[in-house]
Amino acid sequence: MLLYALKRIVYVTPVALGVSIFCFLLVHLAPGDPLTAVMPIDATAAQQAEMRAAYGFDKPLPIQYGIWLWKVLQGDLGQSIASGRPVLSEVGRAVGNSLILASVATLIGFTFGTFFGFVAGYFRDSALDKIASSVSVLGVSVPHYWLGIVMVIIFSATLGWLPPTGAGPDGSGKWRPDMEHLRYIILPAVTMSVIPMGIISRTVRALVADILAQEFVQALRAKGLSEWGVFKHVVTNAAPTALAVMGLQLGYLLGGSILIETVFAWPGTGFLLNAAIFQRDLPLLQGTILVLAMFFVALNLIVDVLQTALDPRIQRG
Amino acid sequence: MSVLADTRVVVPEVKASRGYWASVGMRLIRDPVAMVALGVILLIVLAAILAPYVAPADPYRGSMLRRLRPIGFPGYPLGGDELGRDMLTRLIYGGRLSLFIGVMPVLLAFCIGSGIGVFAGYIGGRVNTIVMRVIDVFFAFPSVLLAIALSGALGAGVLNSIVSLTIVFVPQIARVAEAVTTQIRTRDYVEAARVSGANAFTIVRVHVLGNVLGPVFVYATSLISVSMILASGLSFLGLGVKPPEPEWGLMLNTLRTAIYTQPMVAALPGAMIFLTSISFNLFSDGLRSAMEVKQ
Amino acid sequence: MNVIVDTMKPVGDVDRGGEATALLSVRSLVKHFGSNSGLLARTRTVVRAVDGVDFDVMKGETLGIVGESGCGKSTTARLVMQIIKPDQGEILFDGEAVGSSALGLNDFRKQTQMVFQDSYASLNPRLTVEDTISFGPRVHGLPRKAAISRAHDLLHRVGLEPSRFAGRYPHEISGGQRQRINIARGLALEPRLLILDEAVSALDKSVEAQVLNLLLDLKDEFGLTYIFISHDLNVVRFMSDRVMVMYLGKVAEVGPSEQIFTTPRHPYTEALLASMPSMDPDNRTQEAPISGDPPNPINPPPGCRFHTRCRFVTALCAHAEPPLHDVGGEHFAACHLANPASGHPRLAAA
Repeated sequence: MLLYALKRIVYVTPVALGVSIFCFLLVHLAPGDPLTAVMPIDATAAQQAEMRAAYGFDKPLPIQYGIWLWKVLQGDLGQSIASGRPVLSEVGRAVGNSLILASVATLIGFTFGTFFGFVAGYFRDSALDKIASSVSVLGVSVPHYWLGIVMVIIFSATLGWLPPTGAGPDGSGKWRPDMEHLRYIILPAVTMSVIPMGIISRTVRALVADILAQEFVQALRAKGLSEWGVFKHVVTNAAPTALAVMGLQLGYLLGGSILIETVFAWPGTGFLLNAAIFQRDLPLLQGTILVLAMFFVALNLIVDVLQTALDPRIQRG
Repeated sequence: MSVLADTRVVVPEVKASRGYWASVGMRLIRDPVAMVALGVILLIVLAAILAPYVAPADPYRGSMLRRLRPIGFPGYPLGGDELGRDMLTRLIYGGRLSLFIGVMPVLLAFCIGSGIGVFAGYIGGRVNTIVMRVIDVFFAFPSVLLAIALSGALGAGVLNSIVSLTIVFVPQIARVAEAVTTQIRTRDYVEAARVSGANAFTIVRVHVLGNVLGPVFVYATSLISVSMILASGLSFLGLGVKPPEPEWGLMLNTLRTAIYTQPMVAALPGAMIFLTSISFNLFSDGLRSAMEVKQ
Repeated sequence: MNVIVDTMKPVGDVDRGGEATALLSVRSLVKHFGSNSGLLARTRTVVRAVDGVDFDVMKGETLGIVGESGCGKSTTARLVMQIIKPDQGEILFDGEAVGSSALGLNDFRKQTQMVFQDSYASLNPRLTVEDTISFGPRVHGLPRKAAISRAHDLLHRVGLEPSRFAGRYPHEISGGQRQRINIARGLALEPRLLILDEAVSALDKSVEAQVLNLLLDLKDEFGLTYIFISHDLNVVRFMSDRVMVMYLGKVAEVGPSEQIFTTPRHPYTEALLASMPSMDPDNRTQEAPISGDPPNPINPPPGCRFHTRCRFVTALCAHAEPPLHDVGGEHFAACHLANPASGHPRLAAA
């Protein structure tokens, strides 16, 4: 197993490198002089010269990449133009909030998703299946940012039960797991959970239907195994893949949170990205994307290795 | 020749042969959900194309006096927006841009992605591995993040949105195309074609494309709903269409402040995105079912 | 009413090498497949699919090739067809090396064709029957109308009425009919040599009989030469003039069909024949004549490849690989027992 993990790490390294190259090139993709992209407008000539030397903008591209990569590996992601603070610390603060939101949303989505998926898979092609399946189609078709707005309309504007924006009562930048803050996470988490719910329910439905249709399940039933026993058997067989999908969904939510966080003004990485885009704060943009992408790559790796560990039938390598 | 007489085959009369797509079409027609979805799509598309003839008012002409009118207000069948423009008109015209920035990337990605995928799949070997690994790098980003990153770097605008979304979808389509092509490449009839001395181009043109583009096309149609949501999402964030152009995502953004005063009106543009997206999804599902039976 | 134009000319007039030259000559054919097990593989495992094969196919005959799966018969066919490139070896067609200036690959392709096993993937599901058959000729420059006309003609000759079958799609025809179309496709370029790789293996017995008879008729009508590959010994006996038995990438025995079947000289051939279930109640097959699992073409045993399963095995067999020895009447066997000079202990006793 360890060997497999090592193999996967080796396999993933070129991809991680490719991701870093892509992030590096982003700044150069932007129209205009890359230097102005990373400096505030009012920088003095001396500051510009200093920055130019530090980043090596006058040197050929591959060397610039090397300089940049070396800095990144040491934890220096540059400085945010808008705030002047190191990008890494800005991202660090925001990542926690996003992780919490994404995790809660994934859990909600997973719970309901597996429920609907099970129902649909067990009672395949029945009316129940059709209802449960429609829920999953809805989940993947709804524009989640619109759903967020609708939720705010219903629960904040009209009913006034829940706050429309923010992570905490004092507009704080950090969400704490206490009663005060609980109300703030409900709407964004539920809104966000709709996507993984749709996908997980589809996956689970297919898994369950497949397992039940397998001949040895018929054999088990014929031998007198109770429905509860069959159920346990289905669960153990479906669990590895379902959990893997859940893990991946967490990654997607983390990386794709910008829209929901914008709707709910949730102080996470998505919100940070939004600000970065509008302030043309390219170091912040670049740094945030790099961190999020690496998270995703790492998450994929972990899910991959865990899935192989949990499910001995998967022949890998 | 009498020797051949006993090897002849007696065959009962059979109805005229139908081509592959014809039989897919016949099965599709009998699927009520897919047909309704197709109807909705056609309705929206037609309304968008014929907007100048169908819409009641001018999409850009507003009135500061009559801002934020509710649904059913005289002269504003679906209400008025924050600048007093008629919502129904804006929604119909909005369909033009929303559909355009939603569908164009998928179309472009279909062409480019299929090209890359078929090439990599047919050539095989090291070239294939290199191409697919490069594509893997793009898969290391969640789609939303990639779209945002590209749009953020390139800047706002319709063209930039289309470019960034195309880049998001090309890897996905290329992967599917490569997988199918690799499967088809080893089939006996492709070997037979090689045995008859045809060169690679001819084989790909006659034997491979016809069998690969079908499944890839179905996959691409399933991407349209995602694309529309993403494209409107970009506009929602201010990265796509710029005001005062009517576009559903942008409208959703500008109407946000109205959720307290005219919630129904504020929700309308998103409802349109939802309706279009789910119709494309259901139609694509129906298409896939119709095609699956055949193979 | 279709006008059937006779576009197929009899083949005899392109005979360049003359009566005595073999139509196909294969010498020292070798093909090894490397399999990498991942990036961190320490040893590259090599599959020695074909490991030194020589044979000739004379004009107008049918050479049957038999063997168990993994013996290399299909790979040999593909090497002959140049679908796979050989690692070593020489292939001569009517005296000329394939791929040389005297005989370009394109030219070779027109003279040698292959008929595949009927599988659902043997015909392109998107093309009509006539398009499938006419593809080859059109590739070689025949205009569409003429190619379609030839396709119709071929359909007629394989027993399928063109007016009913030409416009059909593969999913609208049965297995036996599909195989006839495979054959028609194989004949479309007017080849002299036809390689039939398990061409009837997937068919029901009654259909199989029809198709085999068809193949014999076509052979006479067009003056064809066949290489008939199969694992079914009865079918091979029925079809072949000469038979070649392959084992683990090498030729075990080759000779006239009747001789091989009545007096086999290689223990493997004996065992194969003995393992055919007998219909005769007085002559029932009592026990499995071959013991052990078929070894892997990845690690063939040293010496004679069959020695691990042979009932006549001795120390000699594990050390020295027996060459093909002439046992009389154009019959060759690669066994120490067949060679009086080999020193095999059993020979001394005889």
